[in-house]
Amino acid sequence: MATLVFLEHHGDELQKGSLGVLTKAVALGGADAVIIGEGAKGLAAQAGAYGAAKVFACEDAEVAQPVPQPRVDVLAKVVSDGGYDTVLFANSVLAADIAAGLAARLDAGLNWDLVDVELQGGDLVGKRPALQDTVYADVGWTSTPRIALFRAGSFDAQESGGGEPEIVDVSPSYAAHSTSVKLVGQDAEESSGPSIEDAGVIVAGGRGLGAPENFTLAEELAKALGGAVGATRAVVDAGWYPYSAQIGQTGKTVSPKLYVALGISGAIQHKVGMQSSGTIVAINKDANAPIFEFSDFGVVGDVHEIVPKLTELVQQRRGS
Amino acid sequence: MKIAVCVKHVPEGTSRIDPGTKRLDRAGEGALNHFDANAVEEALRLKGDSDTEVVAVSLGPQKALDSLRKALAMGADRAVLVSDDAAAGSDLVATSRLLAAALAKEEPDLVLFGQQASDADGAVLWAAVAERLGRPVVSQAMELSVDGGTVHVKRQTEHGYDTIEAPLPAVVAVSDAINEPRYPSLKGIMGAKKKPQDVLSLADLGVDAGDAGEAGSRTTVLALGDPPARADSQKIEDDGNAAQAIVDFLAEKRLI
Ligand SMILES: Cc1cc2nc3c(=O)[nH]c(=O)nc-3n(C[C@H](O)[C@H](O)[C@H](O)COP(=O)(O)OP(=O)(O)OC[C@H]3O[C@@H](n4cnc5c(N)ncnc54)[C@H](O)[C@@H]3O)c2cc1C
Ligand SMILES: Nc1ncnc2c1ncn2[C@@H]1O[C@H](COP(=O)(O)O)[C@@H](O)[C@H]1O
Repeated sequence: MATLVFLEHHGDELQKGSLGVLTKAVALGGADAVIIGEGAKGLAAQAGAYGAAKVFACEDAEVAQPVPQPRVDVLAKVVSDGGYDTVLFANSVLAADIAAGLAARLDAGLNWDLVDVELQGGDLVGKRPALQDTVYADVGWTSTPRIALFRAGSFDAQESGGGEPEIVDVSPSYAAHSTSVKLVGQDAEESSGPSIEDAGVIVAGGRGLGAPENFTLAEELAKALGGAVGATRAVVDAGWYPYSAQIGQTGKTVSPKLYVALGISGAIQHKVGMQSSGTIVAINKDANAPIFEFSDFGVVGDVHEIVPKLTELVQQRRGS
Repeated sequence: MKIAVCVKHVPEGTSRIDPGTKRLDRAGEGALNHFDANAVEEALRLKGDSDTEVVAVSLGPQKALDSLRKALAMGADRAVLVSDDAAAGSDLVATSRLLAAALAKEEPDLVLFGQQASDADGAVLWAAVAERLGRPVVSQAMELSVDGGTVHVKRQTEHGYDTIEAPLPAVVAVSDAINEPRYPSLKGIMGAKKKPQDVLSLADLGVDAGDAGEAGSRTTVLALGDPPARADSQKIEDDGNAAQAIVDFLAEKRLI
């Protein structure tokens, strides 16, 4: 197996998720890595420490911005020139678009949302939870290169004691459509207020709260329980609650002792940010909502009916 | 301007995988993927009162016409369904090839996608289709506008918010936070029946059967199993006493 891992970086930091995928690839028999964008070469040594034997680095002006398509050009060249038969990505907004673009470019199979991968008699087999994680499928590839996109948090990153990697400069020719997307602004929106990452109890609200002002339901319950308030992307992007409170793939990852989900459907991208919570309680009026698949205590009901009563009962009990 | 919206017909309610074919069982009732209603809505919003044409495009079984009619009832002008027995079981590579072929015939200025197919949760198809069309792509759009020949997008990533510009023709995938999709009016539903609905076969698209369906796919499902076992979980229906039941549960777990 000749494996290539896409290592994503932000600023001068390699992303933990992609180092986790590299760790897995090294355990499966070794891997090379590719780092694309400003500062790529400077990060190669770190990739080596996590076990990459060779690091392809591209710092062309065309890849200065974190957009996917010029990265497809870089990867297509590395994969074809280097004869790689396996290309692995840790999921992210950027990586998903690169992986799918590369699949189309190379007419290669892409299996996504994998949580593990193993060799079965020399064949690579991916583990993919499907249908809201109610079924686990073993998936394979019928040709090479094989492309895989792993769900956030699938593997821990571990240094391998590897030495200095060989660094190879890459500079492909870029397709016209690859370089026409322009990032004109980036806004990190630093969080204000107490951090939800350290909260022991989180009460999170989703679109099921119905309106921004109904977030007071979540706030009052959180206060009664001595916890913090979280939110889904759907309500954050709609402007109901600040980004700093968002939980999930593109928000925070939390693991409080208690997580209470109010009117949240339980999409995979939300789940990856809160699934390691100690106890999960969910209130949702749809009995088929995916959130119930990973809740310890689920209530099929209306948040507007239940939450005010619940807050009152908690207040009485805690004497607050 | 011409806007194409890619919409998927997905199984309704709880879905299952057929153990024989290892494919999603599509025999039951289906509906328009609700994430794609956001894409249709956005196309209609961009159209406004202008003479922009909105074409809904789908790949799926004949029954997918129901979902396309929903898009027409919302206000789309025309529907195109790619449907062929040889296309069943298409994976990402094959699906993107067929959709790109249908879109290339339409030559839209803008192609919109939904955030994800609720049965596949891929959230990747747009990038493959854009690559085949040789067009710029922007995903996760939570705000979208078009002025002259440029699309402007605001979107969220792991690192905050990006503002992005791309020249038309372009491909944009919208997030479910971009708008509230309208419900079709009775007039819309009645009118939908009369709007043009074309069904295209592989031959119509000039795609070889070997490049579609399982033959044209590069991935395969090998086996199906149960998810890892979970500790006990309870689910109750609120009968007016749910708040008390939650408190009892939390007390038993010593969480309050
Ligand atoms: C690349 C990518 C990254 C993403 N990142 C994130 C992320 O970081 N975090 C995140 O949360 N999402 C993320 N998402 C979005 C995610 O897929 C879902 O769209 C989102 O989590 C849905 O939010 P929601 O549960 O609030 O809304 P919905 O899915 O609309 O669910 C609302 C729920 O409320 C219920 N409800 C309605 N009314 C009531 C009532 N009165 N009482 C009780 N229940 C009610 C409904 O039954 C429904 O289940 C991402 C998506 C993508 C593609
Ligand atoms: N069979 C299909 N026909 C038309 N559009 C589709 C189809 N499958 C997926 N899409 C579009 O691609 C988006 C993402 O799907 P996916 O990558 O499969 O999660 C959906 O929201 C739709 O806009």
